[in-house]
Amino acid sequence: MSTSITAPAGRPAPSRGSSTSQTEAPRPITGKSISVGRRVRNTTATVLVGLAVLVAAVPLAFVLVYVVSKGGGVFNLAFLTESIPISSRRAGPGMGPAVAGTLLITGAATLMAVPLGILAAVYLNEYGQANRLAAAIRFLSDVMAGVPSIVMGLFIYTVWVLRFGMSGFAGALALACLMLPIVIRSTEGVLRLVPRDLREASTALGARTSRTILTVVIPAALPGITSGCLLAVARAAGETAPLLFTIGTVRALNPNLFEGTNTALSAQIFVNAQLPFVAAQNRAWGAALTLILLVLLLTIIARIISARFTVR
Amino acid sequence: MSDTQTTLLNTPNTAPEVRNPAELPADAGEPVFEVSDLDFFYGSFRALRDVNLGIGRRRVTALIGPSGCGKSTFLRCLNRMNDLIPGTRVDGRIAYHGQDLYGQGVDPIEVRRQIGMVFQKPNPFPKSIYDNVAFGPKVNGLKPKSMDDLVEESLRRAALWDEVKDKLKQSAFSLSGGQQQRLCIARAIAVRPDVILMDEPCSALDPIATIRIEELMVELKQDYTIVIVTHNMQQAARVSDVTAFFTAEVDDAGHRTGVLVEADATSALFTSPKDQRTDDYITGRFG
Repeated sequence: MSTSITAPAGRPAPSRGSSTSQTEAPRPITGKSISVGRRVRNTTATVLVGLAVLVAAVPLAFVLVYVVSKGGGVFNLAFLTESIPISSRRAGPGMGPAVAGTLLITGAATLMAVPLGILAAVYLNEYGQANRLAAAIRFLSDVMAGVPSIVMGLFIYTVWVLRFGMSGFAGALALACLMLPIVIRSTEGVLRLVPRDLREASTALGARTSRTILTVVIPAALPGITSGCLLAVARAAGETAPLLFTIGTVRALNPNLFEGTNTALSAQIFVNAQLPFVAAQNRAWGAALTLILLVLLLTIIARIISARFTVR
Repeated sequence: MSDTQTTLLNTPNTAPEVRNPAELPADAGEPVFEVSDLDFFYGSFRALRDVNLGIGRRRVTALIGPSGCGKSTFLRCLNRMNDLIPGTRVDGRIAYHGQDLYGQGVDPIEVRRQIGMVFQKPNPFPKSIYDNVAFGPKVNGLKPKSMDDLVEESLRRAALWDEVKDKLKQSAFSLSGGQQQRLCIARAIAVRPDVILMDEPCSALDPIATIRIEELMVELKQDYTIVIVTHNMQQAARVSDVTAFFTAEVDDAGHRTGVLVEADATSALFTSPKDQRTDDYITGRFG
Protein backbone atom coordinates (compact mmCIF):
# COMPACT_ATOMS: atom_id res chain seq x y z
CA MET A 1 0.00 0.00 0.00
CA SER A 2 2.73 2.44 0.93
CA THR A 3 4.78 1.64 -2.17
CA SER A 4 2.09 2.99 -4.46
CA ILE A 5 2.27 6.48 -2.94
CA THR A 6 6.01 6.87 -2.62
CA ALA A 7 7.53 8.10 -5.81
CA PRO A 8 11.21 7.60 -6.69
CA ALA A 9 13.25 10.51 -5.44
CA GLY A 10 13.99 13.32 -7.84
CA ARG A 11 11.12 12.61 -10.14
CA PRO A 12 7.59 14.02 -9.70
CA ALA A 13 5.03 11.42 -8.75
CA PRO A 14 2.92 10.53 -11.75
CA SER A 15 -0.56 11.29 -10.58
CA ARG A 16 -3.81 12.16 -12.28
CA GLY A 17 -3.74 15.75 -11.04
CA SER A 18 -0.41 16.56 -12.60
CA SER A 19 -1.18 14.98 -15.95
CA THR A 20 -4.37 17.03 -16.44
CA SER A 21 -2.63 20.26 -15.50
CA GLN A 22 -0.03 19.57 -18.20
CA THR A 23 -2.62 19.15 -20.95
CA GLU A 24 -5.15 21.81 -19.91
CA ALA A 25 -4.43 25.50 -19.51
CA PRO A 26 -5.33 26.84 -16.06
CA ARG A 27 -8.78 28.41 -15.98
CA PRO A 28 -8.62 32.18 -15.86
CA ILE A 29 -9.55 33.82 -12.59
CA THR A 30 -10.15 37.30 -13.96
CA GLY A 31 -13.69 38.73 -14.22
CA LYS A 32 -13.98 37.89 -17.92
CA SER A 33 -14.57 34.24 -17.18
CA ILE A 34 -17.99 34.97 -15.68
CA SER A 35 -20.79 35.12 -18.22
CA VAL A 36 -22.37 38.44 -19.17
CA GLY A 37 -25.80 37.29 -18.03
CA ARG A 38 -24.54 36.50 -14.56
CA ARG A 39 -22.76 39.81 -14.27
CA VAL A 40 -25.85 41.72 -15.39
CA ARG A 41 -28.04 39.87 -12.91
CA ASN A 42 -25.53 40.52 -10.14
CA THR A 43 -25.38 44.24 -10.86
CA THR A 44 -29.17 44.50 -11.14
CA ALA A 45 -29.67 42.77 -7.82
CA THR A 46 -27.10 44.99 -6.12
CA VAL A 47 -28.72 48.14 -7.48
CA LEU A 48 -32.22 46.97 -6.46
CA VAL A 49 -31.14 46.13 -2.93
CA GLY A 50 -29.42 49.51 -2.64
CA LEU A 51 -32.56 51.26 -3.86
CA ALA A 52 -34.70 49.37 -1.37
CA VAL A 53 -32.49 50.54 1.47
CA LEU A 54 -32.72 54.09 0.20
CA VAL A 55 -36.51 53.97 -0.14
CA ALA A 56 -36.78 52.61 3.38
CA ALA A 57 -34.41 55.17 4.84
CA VAL A 58 -35.67 58.30 3.10
CA PRO A 59 -39.05 58.65 4.91
CA LEU A 60 -37.26 58.00 8.18
CA ALA A 61 -34.73 60.70 7.48
CA PHE A 62 -37.46 63.14 6.41
CA VAL A 63 -39.47 62.55 9.57
CA LEU A 64 -36.38 63.14 11.70
CA VAL A 65 -35.28 66.24 9.83
CA TYR A 66 -38.80 67.69 9.83
CA VAL A 67 -39.44 67.05 13.51
CA VAL A 68 -36.06 68.49 14.47
CA SER A 69 -36.48 71.57 12.30
CA LYS A 70 -40.02 72.23 13.52
CA GLY A 71 -39.58 71.26 17.13
CA GLY A 72 -35.98 72.33 17.59
CA GLY A 73 -37.08 75.98 17.81
CA VAL A 74 -38.99 75.53 21.04
CA PHE A 75 -36.99 72.67 22.49
CA ASN A 76 -34.81 73.57 25.46
CA LEU A 77 -34.47 72.69 29.13
CA ALA A 78 -37.32 75.01 30.11
CA PHE A 79 -39.57 73.26 27.60
CA LEU A 80 -39.02 70.00 29.45
CA THR A 81 -39.68 71.39 32.91
CA GLU A 82 -42.09 74.36 32.66
CA SER A 83 -45.82 73.81 32.92
CA ILE A 84 -48.08 74.06 29.87
CA PRO A 85 -49.34 77.67 29.42
CA ILE A 86 -52.95 78.09 30.40
CA SER A 87 -53.62 80.11 27.27
CA SER A 88 -52.87 78.06 24.19
CA ARG A 89 -52.24 81.20 22.17
CA ARG A 90 -49.28 82.24 24.27
CA ALA A 91 -45.91 81.32 22.89
CA GLY A 92 -43.24 79.81 25.10
CA PRO A 93 -42.52 76.71 27.13
CA GLY A 94 -43.31 74.12 28.13
CA MET A 95 -44.36 70.49 28.33
CA GLY A 96 -43.23 69.57 31.86
CA PRO A 97 -46.46 67.86 32.97
CA ALA A 98 -46.59 65.82 29.77
CA VAL A 99 -42.97 64.67 30.16
CA ALA A 100 -43.67 63.68 33.75
CA GLY A 101 -46.90 61.97 32.74
CA THR A 102 -45.25 59.97 29.95
CA LEU A 103 -42.46 58.86 32.26
CA LEU A 104 -44.83 57.90 35.08
CA ILE A 105 -47.46 56.17 32.99
CA THR A 106 -45.01 54.33 30.74
CA GLY A 107 -42.93 53.43 33.79
CA ALA A 108 -45.94 52.00 35.58
CA ALA A 109 -46.97 50.08 32.46
CA THR A 110 -43.42 48.68 32.19
CA LEU A 111 -43.46 47.58 35.81
CA MET A 112 -46.65 45.63 35.12
CA ALA A 113 -45.98 44.25 31.66
CA VAL A 114 -42.28 43.34 31.77
CA PRO A 115 -42.21 40.97 34.78
CA LEU A 116 -45.48 39.37 33.73
CA GLY A 117 -44.36 39.05 30.12
CA ILE A 118 -40.98 37.56 31.02
CA LEU A 119 -42.58 35.05 33.38
CA ALA A 120 -45.09 34.09 30.70
CA ALA A 121 -42.29 33.63 28.17
CA VAL A 122 -40.32 31.51 30.63
CA TYR A 123 -43.38 29.33 31.12
CA LEU A 124 -43.97 29.03 27.37
CA ASN A 125 -40.41 28.14 26.44
CA GLU A 126 -39.14 26.26 29.49
CA TYR A 127 -42.17 24.49 30.92
CA GLY A 128 -45.14 24.57 28.57
CA GLN A 129 -43.24 24.02 25.31
CA ALA A 130 -45.72 22.30 23.04
CA ASN A 131 -48.56 21.53 25.46
CA ARG A 132 -52.09 22.81 24.89
CA LEU A 133 -52.04 25.56 27.47
CA ALA A 134 -48.83 26.94 25.99
CA ALA A 135 -50.23 26.75 22.48
CA ALA A 136 -53.37 28.59 23.64
CA ILE A 137 -51.35 31.30 25.38
CA ARG A 138 -49.15 31.72 22.33
CA PHE A 139 -52.18 32.03 20.09
CA LEU A 140 -53.88 34.54 22.38
CA SER A 141 -50.76 36.66 22.72
CA ASP A 142 -50.48 36.75 18.94
CA VAL A 143 -54.08 37.89 18.71
CA MET A 144 -53.46 40.44 21.45
CA ALA A 145 -50.46 41.80 19.53
CA GLY A 146 -52.75 42.44 16.60
CA VAL A 147 -55.47 44.26 18.57
CA PRO A 148 -55.53 47.92 17.53
CA SER A 149 -54.41 50.16 20.37
CA ILE A 150 -57.64 52.14 20.35
CA VAL A 151 -59.56 48.94 21.04
CA MET A 152 -57.27 48.28 23.98
CA GLY A 153 -58.07 51.77 25.22
CA LEU A 154 -61.81 51.09 24.94
CA PHE A 155 -61.36 47.82 26.78
CA ILE A 156 -59.72 49.52 29.75
CA TYR A 157 -62.33 52.26 29.50
CA THR A 158 -65.18 49.79 29.98
CA VAL A 159 -63.61 47.57 32.63
CA TRP A 160 -61.75 50.21 34.63
CA VAL A 161 -62.50 53.85 33.79
CA LEU A 162 -66.30 53.49 33.96
CA ARG A 163 -65.95 52.23 37.52
CA PHE A 164 -62.96 54.13 38.91
CA GLY A 165 -62.67 57.12 36.61
CA MET A 166 -59.78 58.35 34.52
CA SER A 167 -56.31 58.16 36.02
CA GLY A 168 -52.71 57.69 35.01
CA PHE A 169 -52.99 54.15 36.26
CA ALA A 170 -55.83 53.40 33.86
CA GLY A 171 -53.57 54.61 31.04
CA ALA A 172 -50.76 52.45 32.36
CA LEU A 173 -53.08 49.44 32.31
CA ALA A 174 -53.94 50.06 28.67
CA LEU A 175 -50.27 50.47 27.73
CA ALA A 176 -49.35 47.35 29.70
CA CYS A 177 -51.92 45.37 27.69
CA LEU A 178 -50.26 46.62 24.53
CA MET A 179 -46.75 45.83 25.77
CA LEU A 180 -47.49 42.39 27.15
CA PRO A 181 -47.66 40.44 23.86
CA ILE A 182 -44.54 42.17 22.55
CA VAL A 183 -42.61 41.29 25.69
CA ILE A 184 -43.89 37.69 25.67
CA ARG A 185 -43.08 36.94 22.06
CA SER A 186 -39.71 38.70 21.93
CA THR A 187 -38.57 37.11 25.21
CA GLU A 188 -39.72 33.68 24.14
CA GLY A 189 -37.81 34.07 20.90
CA VAL A 190 -34.64 34.98 22.74
CA LEU A 191 -35.03 32.17 25.27
CA ARG A 192 -35.39 29.71 22.42
CA LEU A 193 -32.02 30.85 21.09
CA VAL A 194 -30.21 29.88 24.30
CA PRO A 195 -28.31 26.75 23.27
CA ARG A 196 -29.49 23.42 24.65
CA ASP A 197 -25.84 22.75 25.52
CA LEU A 198 -26.00 25.31 28.31
CA ARG A 199 -29.16 23.88 29.82
CA GLU A 200 -27.69 20.39 29.65
CA ALA A 201 -24.43 21.53 31.21
CA SER A 202 -26.32 23.04 34.10
CA THR A 203 -28.62 20.05 34.51
CA ALA A 204 -25.67 17.66 34.43
CA LEU A 205 -24.18 19.54 37.36
CA GLY A 206 -27.25 18.80 39.44
CA ALA A 207 -29.14 22.07 38.96
CA ARG A 208 -32.92 21.97 39.04
CA THR A 209 -34.85 23.41 36.12
CA SER A 210 -35.76 26.55 38.07
CA ARG A 211 -32.14 27.06 39.05
CA THR A 212 -30.98 26.49 35.50
CA ILE A 213 -33.43 29.10 34.23
CA LEU A 214 -32.47 31.69 36.83
CA THR A 215 -28.71 31.25 36.75
CA VAL A 216 -27.99 30.14 33.20
CA VAL A 217 -30.81 30.67 30.73
CA ILE A 218 -32.00 34.15 31.71
CA PRO A 219 -28.50 35.62 32.13
CA ALA A 220 -27.55 34.23 28.72
CA ALA A 221 -30.68 35.72 27.18
CA LEU A 222 -30.60 39.01 29.09
CA PRO A 223 -29.28 41.25 26.30
CA GLY A 224 -32.03 40.03 23.99
CA ILE A 225 -34.69 40.26 26.67
CA THR A 226 -33.63 43.82 27.45
CA SER A 227 -33.84 44.98 23.87
CA GLY A 228 -37.19 43.25 23.38
CA CYS A 229 -38.61 44.95 26.46
CA LEU A 230 -37.23 48.33 25.44
CA LEU A 231 -38.89 47.94 22.07
CA ALA A 232 -42.16 47.41 23.90
CA VAL A 233 -41.52 50.44 26.11
CA ALA A 234 -40.74 52.60 23.09
CA ARG A 235 -43.91 51.43 21.42
CA ALA A 236 -45.99 52.21 24.51
CA ALA A 237 -44.43 55.61 25.05
CA GLY A 238 -45.66 56.77 21.67
CA GLU A 239 -49.21 55.44 21.96
CA THR A 240 -51.95 58.05 21.91
CA ALA A 241 -55.30 56.42 21.29
CA PRO A 242 -55.53 54.27 24.41
CA LEU A 243 -54.55 57.22 26.57
CA LEU A 244 -57.33 59.49 25.30
CA PHE A 245 -59.95 57.24 26.90
CA THR A 246 -58.08 56.54 30.06
CA ILE A 247 -56.09 59.54 31.30
CA GLY A 248 -57.73 62.54 29.69
CA THR A 249 -55.63 65.43 28.46
CA VAL A 250 -55.23 67.95 31.24
CA ARG A 251 -52.55 70.62 31.34
CA ALA A 252 -51.66 70.52 34.99
CA LEU A 253 -49.05 68.26 36.46
CA ASN A 254 -50.56 65.31 38.31
CA PRO A 255 -47.92 63.25 40.10
CA ASN A 256 -50.58 60.95 41.56
CA LEU A 257 -51.00 58.04 39.18
CA PHE A 258 -54.00 56.64 40.95
CA GLU A 259 -56.25 59.65 41.15
CA GLY A 260 -57.38 62.28 38.73
CA THR A 261 -56.83 62.85 35.07
CA ASN A 262 -53.31 62.98 33.74
CA THR A 263 -51.43 63.86 30.62
CA ALA A 264 -48.69 62.53 28.36
CA LEU A 265 -46.53 63.75 25.49
CA SER A 266 -48.45 61.80 22.88
CA ALA A 267 -51.76 63.12 24.17
CA GLN A 268 -50.45 66.68 24.13
CA ILE A 269 -49.23 66.28 20.55
CA PHE A 270 -52.71 65.11 19.61
CA VAL A 271 -54.46 68.03 21.33
CA ASN A 272 -52.08 70.84 20.45
CA ALA A 273 -51.64 69.88 16.81
CA GLN A 274 -55.40 70.39 16.33
CA LEU A 275 -55.43 73.86 17.79
CA PRO A 276 -55.46 76.80 15.38
CA PHE A 277 -52.70 78.65 17.30
CA VAL A 278 -49.13 78.63 16.03
CA ALA A 279 -47.73 78.63 19.55
CA ALA A 280 -49.68 75.47 20.42
CA GLN A 281 -48.63 73.80 17.20
CA ASN A 282 -45.03 74.61 17.93
CA ARG A 283 -45.38 73.03 21.35
CA ALA A 284 -46.80 69.92 19.65
CA TRP A 285 -43.69 69.76 17.47
CA GLY A 286 -41.53 70.22 20.52
CA ALA A 287 -43.39 67.40 22.26
CA ALA A 288 -42.84 65.19 19.22
CA LEU A 289 -39.12 65.89 19.32
CA THR A 290 -39.06 65.20 23.06
CA LEU A 291 -40.75 61.86 22.52
CA ILE A 292 -38.28 60.85 19.82
CA LEU A 293 -35.34 61.84 22.01
CA LEU A 294 -36.84 59.90 24.93
CA VAL A 295 -37.11 56.74 22.86
CA LEU A 296 -33.58 57.30 21.54
CA LEU A 297 -32.32 57.64 25.11
CA LEU A 298 -34.07 54.42 26.12
CA THR A 299 -32.54 52.61 23.16
CA ILE A 300 -29.06 53.81 24.06
CA ILE A 301 -29.54 52.73 27.67
CA ALA A 302 -30.71 49.33 26.46
CA ARG A 303 -27.62 48.97 24.27
CA ILE A 304 -25.35 49.82 27.18
CA ILE A 305 -27.09 47.34 29.48
CA SER A 306 -26.92 44.62 26.82
CA ALA A 307 -23.24 45.26 26.21
CA ARG A 308 -22.45 45.13 29.90
CA PHE A 309 -24.20 41.80 30.42
CA THR A 310 -22.97 40.08 27.30
CA VAL A 311 -20.02 37.83 28.01
CA ARG A 312 -17.90 37.24 24.98
CA MET B 1 -26.59 -10.66 5.22
CA SER B 2 -29.52 -10.15 7.54
CA ASP B 3 -29.34 -13.86 8.22
CA THR B 4 -25.81 -13.76 9.56
CA GLN B 5 -26.64 -10.67 11.55
CA THR B 6 -29.49 -12.28 13.43
CA THR B 7 -27.54 -15.40 14.20
CA LEU B 8 -24.56 -13.39 15.30
CA LEU B 9 -26.74 -11.21 17.41
CA ASN B 10 -28.28 -14.16 19.11
CA THR B 11 -25.04 -15.78 20.16
CA PRO B 12 -24.47 -13.86 23.36
CA ASN B 13 -28.11 -13.32 24.22
CA THR B 14 -30.11 -16.35 23.14
CA ALA B 15 -31.15 -17.82 26.44
CA PRO B 16 -32.55 -15.25 28.83
CA GLU B 17 -32.02 -17.49 31.83
CA VAL B 18 -28.28 -17.61 31.19
CA ARG B 19 -28.15 -13.85 31.20
CA ASN B 20 -26.37 -12.59 34.20
CA PRO B 21 -27.21 -8.95 34.74
CA ALA B 22 -24.33 -8.44 37.11
CA GLU B 23 -21.88 -10.01 34.73
CA LEU B 24 -18.90 -7.78 34.28
CA PRO B 25 -16.42 -7.93 31.49
CA ALA B 26 -13.08 -9.36 32.51
CA ASP B 27 -10.96 -6.98 34.53
CA ALA B 28 -13.88 -4.65 35.22
CA GLY B 29 -13.36 -4.39 38.95
CA GLU B 30 -16.01 -3.72 41.54
CA PRO B 31 -19.25 -2.69 39.81
CA VAL B 32 -20.61 0.85 39.90
CA PHE B 33 -23.32 0.30 37.32
CA GLU B 34 -25.04 -2.96 36.57
CA VAL B 35 -27.24 -2.58 33.55
CA SER B 36 -29.66 -5.39 32.81
CA ASP B 37 -32.08 -5.84 29.92
CA LEU B 38 -32.09 -2.13 29.19
CA ASP B 39 -34.40 -0.93 26.45
CA PHE B 40 -34.69 2.72 25.57
CA PHE B 41 -37.50 4.36 23.64
CA TYR B 42 -37.92 7.71 21.94
CA GLY B 43 -41.71 7.67 21.80
CA SER B 44 -42.55 4.34 20.21
CA PHE B 45 -39.17 4.05 18.54
CA ARG B 46 -36.80 1.68 20.28
CA ALA B 47 -33.30 3.13 20.24
CA LEU B 48 -31.63 0.54 22.46
CA ARG B 49 -32.41 -3.10 23.00
CA ASP B 50 -31.42 -5.59 25.65
CA VAL B 51 -28.27 -3.95 26.88
CA ASN B 52 -26.52 -5.88 29.63
CA LEU B 53 -23.33 -4.37 30.93
CA GLY B 54 -21.42 -3.90 34.12
CA ILE B 55 -19.25 -0.84 34.61
CA GLY B 56 -16.39 -1.15 37.05
CA ARG B 57 -15.24 1.28 39.70
CA ARG B 58 -12.24 3.49 38.98
CA ARG B 59 -11.89 2.19 35.49
CA VAL B 60 -12.20 3.89 32.17
CA THR B 61 -14.93 2.17 30.21
CA ALA B 62 -15.10 3.10 26.55
CA LEU B 63 -18.26 2.78 24.47
CA ILE B 64 -17.45 2.46 20.80
CA GLY B 65 -19.45 1.77 17.68
CA PRO B 66 -20.65 3.31 14.45
CA SER B 67 -22.81 6.45 14.33
CA GLY B 68 -26.40 5.96 15.41
CA CYS B 69 -25.71 2.82 17.42
CA GLY B 70 -27.10 4.30 20.62
CA LYS B 71 -23.90 4.64 22.58
CA SER B 72 -24.55 8.28 23.47
CA THR B 73 -28.16 7.44 24.31
CA PHE B 74 -26.89 4.70 26.59
CA LEU B 75 -24.43 7.06 28.25
CA ARG B 76 -27.20 9.57 28.90
CA CYS B 77 -29.30 6.86 30.52
CA LEU B 78 -26.63 6.54 33.18
CA ASN B 79 -27.24 10.00 34.64
CA ARG B 80 -30.85 10.37 33.55
CA MET B 81 -30.08 13.15 31.12
CA ASN B 82 -32.59 11.63 28.74
CA ASP B 83 -35.31 12.62 31.21
CA LEU B 84 -35.05 16.09 29.68
CA ILE B 85 -36.27 14.82 26.33
CA PRO B 86 -40.06 14.50 26.35
CA GLY B 87 -41.50 11.16 25.32
CA THR B 88 -38.51 9.01 26.23
CA ARG B 89 -38.83 5.83 28.27
CA VAL B 90 -36.49 3.35 29.89
CA ASP B 91 -37.24 -0.33 30.32
CA GLY B 92 -35.09 -2.72 32.29
CA ARG B 93 -32.87 -1.90 35.18
CA ILE B 94 -29.80 0.18 35.82
CA ALA B 95 -28.39 -0.44 39.26
CA TYR B 96 -26.06 2.20 40.60
CA HIS B 97 -24.18 0.86 43.62
CA GLY B 98 -27.04 -1.58 43.93
CA GLN B 99 -29.83 1.02 43.84
CA ASP B 100 -32.27 1.18 40.98
CA LEU B 101 -31.42 4.41 39.13
CA TYR B 102 -34.95 4.70 37.77
CA GLY B 103 -36.65 3.43 40.92
CA GLN B 104 -39.31 5.25 42.88
CA GLY B 105 -38.13 8.06 45.05
CA VAL B 106 -34.89 8.51 43.15
CA ASP B 107 -34.15 12.19 42.68
CA PRO B 108 -32.60 12.73 39.23
CA ILE B 109 -30.97 15.89 40.56
CA GLU B 110 -29.07 13.85 43.14
CA VAL B 111 -28.21 11.28 40.47
CA ARG B 112 -26.66 13.95 38.25
CA ARG B 113 -24.78 15.42 41.16
CA GLN B 114 -23.05 12.12 41.72
CA ILE B 115 -22.73 11.24 38.06
CA GLY B 116 -21.22 14.19 36.23
CA MET B 117 -21.02 14.68 32.50
CA VAL B 118 -18.72 16.23 29.93
CA PHE B 119 -20.22 16.90 26.53
CA GLN B 120 -19.06 16.56 22.96
CA LYS B 121 -18.80 20.27 22.33
CA PRO B 122 -17.12 22.27 25.09
CA ASN B 123 -20.04 24.12 26.67
CA PRO B 124 -18.78 26.52 29.31
CA PHE B 125 -21.32 28.98 30.68
CA PRO B 126 -21.05 32.56 29.44
CA LYS B 127 -19.48 33.46 32.75
CA SER B 128 -15.96 33.87 34.09
CA ILE B 129 -13.62 30.88 34.41
CA TYR B 130 -13.98 31.07 38.18
CA ASP B 131 -17.77 31.21 38.07
CA ASN B 132 -17.92 28.26 35.72
CA VAL B 133 -16.13 26.07 38.23
CA ALA B 134 -17.98 27.52 41.22
CA PHE B 135 -21.37 27.03 39.57
CA GLY B 136 -21.84 23.37 40.49
CA PRO B 137 -20.86 23.69 44.15
CA LYS B 138 -23.13 26.73 44.45
CA VAL B 139 -26.25 25.16 42.99
CA ASN B 140 -25.70 22.05 45.05
CA GLY B 141 -25.45 24.04 48.24
CA LEU B 142 -21.92 22.80 48.86
CA LYS B 143 -20.30 25.02 51.43
CA PRO B 144 -16.59 24.45 51.05
CA LYS B 145 -14.36 26.14 53.64
CA SER B 146 -13.02 28.20 50.81
CA MET B 147 -14.59 28.36 47.37
CA ASP B 148 -11.29 29.71 46.04
CA ASP B 149 -9.51 26.57 47.19
CA LEU B 150 -12.15 24.33 45.68
CA VAL B 151 -11.91 26.17 42.36
CA GLU B 152 -8.13 25.93 42.40
CA GLU B 153 -8.16 22.26 43.30
CA SER B 154 -10.68 21.45 40.56
CA LEU B 155 -8.72 23.38 37.97
CA ARG B 156 -5.49 21.69 39.08
CA ARG B 157 -7.06 18.27 38.76
CA ALA B 158 -8.22 19.18 35.27
CA ALA B 159 -4.64 20.24 34.44
CA LEU B 160 -5.76 23.74 33.65
CA TRP B 161 -4.69 25.74 36.70
CA ASP B 162 -1.32 26.90 35.43
CA GLU B 163 -2.84 28.23 32.24
CA VAL B 164 -5.66 30.18 33.85
CA LYS B 165 -4.55 31.10 37.35
CA ASP B 166 -3.89 34.71 36.35
CA LYS B 167 -7.15 35.23 34.52
CA LEU B 168 -9.81 33.54 36.60
CA LYS B 169 -12.13 36.54 36.23
CA GLN B 170 -11.93 36.46 32.46
CA SER B 171 -14.68 35.00 30.32
CA ALA B 172 -14.51 31.26 29.74
CA PHE B 173 -14.89 32.01 26.04
CA SER B 174 -11.42 33.54 26.01
CA LEU B 175 -9.99 30.02 26.31
CA SER B 176 -9.13 27.72 23.42
CA GLY B 177 -11.37 24.77 22.62
CA GLY B 178 -9.15 22.30 24.45
CA GLN B 179 -8.88 24.57 27.47
CA GLN B 180 -12.65 25.03 27.46
CA GLN B 181 -13.12 21.28 27.51
CA ARG B 182 -10.71 20.94 30.45
CA LEU B 183 -12.66 23.73 32.13
CA CYS B 184 -15.81 21.66 31.63
CA ILE B 185 -14.02 18.72 33.24
CA ALA B 186 -12.96 20.97 36.15
CA ARG B 187 -16.54 22.14 36.45
CA ALA B 188 -17.74 18.54 36.64
CA ILE B 189 -15.07 17.62 39.20
CA ALA B 190 -15.95 20.58 41.42
CA VAL B 191 -19.19 18.97 42.60
CA ARG B 192 -17.12 15.95 43.72
CA PRO B 193 -18.91 13.34 41.65
CA ASP B 194 -18.46 9.60 41.83
CA VAL B 195 -18.65 8.98 38.10
CA ILE B 196 -17.77 11.17 35.11
CA LEU B 197 -19.50 10.45 31.83
CA MET B 198 -17.81 11.81 28.72
CA ASP B 199 -19.68 12.00 25.45
CA GLU B 200 -17.03 12.16 22.71
CA PRO B 201 -15.10 14.75 24.70
CA CYS B 202 -12.33 15.13 22.13
CA SER B 203 -14.22 15.08 18.87
CA ALA B 204 -14.19 18.88 18.60
CA LEU B 205 -10.52 19.18 19.58
CA ASP B 206 -7.21 19.13 17.79
CA PRO B 207 -4.78 16.21 18.33
CA ILE B 208 -2.66 17.99 20.95
CA ALA B 209 -5.67 19.01 23.01
CA THR B 210 -6.97 15.46 22.59
CA ILE B 211 -3.80 13.96 24.02
CA ARG B 212 -4.01 16.28 27.02
CA ILE B 213 -7.57 15.20 27.76
CA GLU B 214 -6.60 11.56 27.35
CA GLU B 215 -3.73 11.96 29.79
CA LEU B 216 -6.14 13.64 32.14
CA MET B 217 -8.56 10.72 31.93
CA VAL B 218 -5.86 8.25 32.87
CA GLU B 219 -5.00 10.44 35.85
CA LEU B 220 -8.61 10.95 36.91
CA LYS B 221 -9.41 7.26 37.01
CA GLN B 222 -7.40 7.04 40.26
CA ASP B 223 -10.41 8.70 41.90
CA TYR B 224 -13.31 8.51 39.51
CA THR B 225 -15.18 6.00 37.45
CA ILE B 226 -15.10 7.21 33.87
CA VAL B 227 -17.34 6.18 31.01
CA ILE B 228 -16.42 7.62 27.64
CA VAL B 229 -18.18 7.47 24.32
CA THR B 230 -15.76 7.74 21.44
CA HIS B 231 -15.72 7.37 17.70
CA ASN B 232 -12.01 7.01 17.83
CA MET B 233 -10.90 3.43 18.32
CA GLN B 234 -7.30 4.42 18.92
CA GLN B 235 -8.54 6.61 21.71
CA ALA B 236 -10.51 3.76 23.24
CA ALA B 237 -7.41 1.58 22.99
CA ARG B 238 -5.21 4.23 24.57
CA VAL B 239 -7.31 5.26 27.53
CA SER B 240 -9.77 2.55 28.44
CA ASP B 241 -9.55 -0.54 30.60
CA VAL B 242 -12.78 -2.00 29.32
CA THR B 243 -14.39 -1.45 25.94
CA ALA B 244 -17.99 -2.09 24.98
CA PHE B 245 -18.85 -2.32 21.32
CA PHE B 246 -22.33 -1.23 20.21
CA THR B 247 -23.79 -1.55 16.79
CA ALA B 248 -27.07 -0.68 15.11
CA GLU B 249 -29.47 -3.21 13.75
CA VAL B 250 -31.64 -2.02 10.92
CA ASP B 251 -35.09 -3.57 10.66
CA ASP B 252 -37.21 -3.84 7.51
CA ALA B 253 -38.76 -0.42 8.10
CA GLY B 254 -35.32 1.17 8.29
CA HIS B 255 -35.40 1.80 12.04
CA ARG B 256 -32.05 1.57 13.71
CA THR B 257 -31.91 -0.04 17.09
CA GLY B 258 -28.73 -0.05 19.09
CA VAL B 259 -27.46 -3.27 20.63
CA LEU B 260 -24.44 -4.07 22.71
CA VAL B 261 -22.42 -6.62 20.80
CA GLU B 262 -19.75 -7.37 23.33
CA ALA B 263 -17.79 -5.90 26.18
CA ASP B 264 -14.38 -7.02 27.31
CA ALA B 265 -11.08 -5.85 28.65
CA THR B 266 -9.85 -3.39 26.03
CA SER B 267 -6.74 -5.37 25.14
CA ALA B 268 -8.80 -8.53 24.70
CA LEU B 269 -11.51 -6.83 22.67
CA PHE B 270 -9.05 -5.28 20.26
CA THR B 271 -6.84 -8.33 19.86
CA SER B 272 -9.30 -11.19 19.96
CA PRO B 273 -12.89 -10.07 19.58
CA LYS B 274 -15.41 -12.83 20.09
CA ASP B 275 -17.98 -11.45 17.69
CA GLN B 276 -17.49 -11.16 13.96
CA ARG B 277 -19.13 -7.71 13.89
CA THR B 278 -16.65 -6.41 16.43
CA ASP B 279 -13.83 -7.81 14.36
CA ASP B 280 -15.20 -6.15 11.22
CA TYR B 281 -15.53 -2.84 12.99
CA ILE B 282 -12.13 -2.71 14.63
CA THR B 283 -10.35 -3.84 11.50
CA GLY B 284 -12.11 -1.12 9.55
CA ARG B 285 -14.24 -3.29 7.34
CA PHE B 286 -17.41 -1.70 8.58
CA GLY B 287 -18.51 1.66 9.98
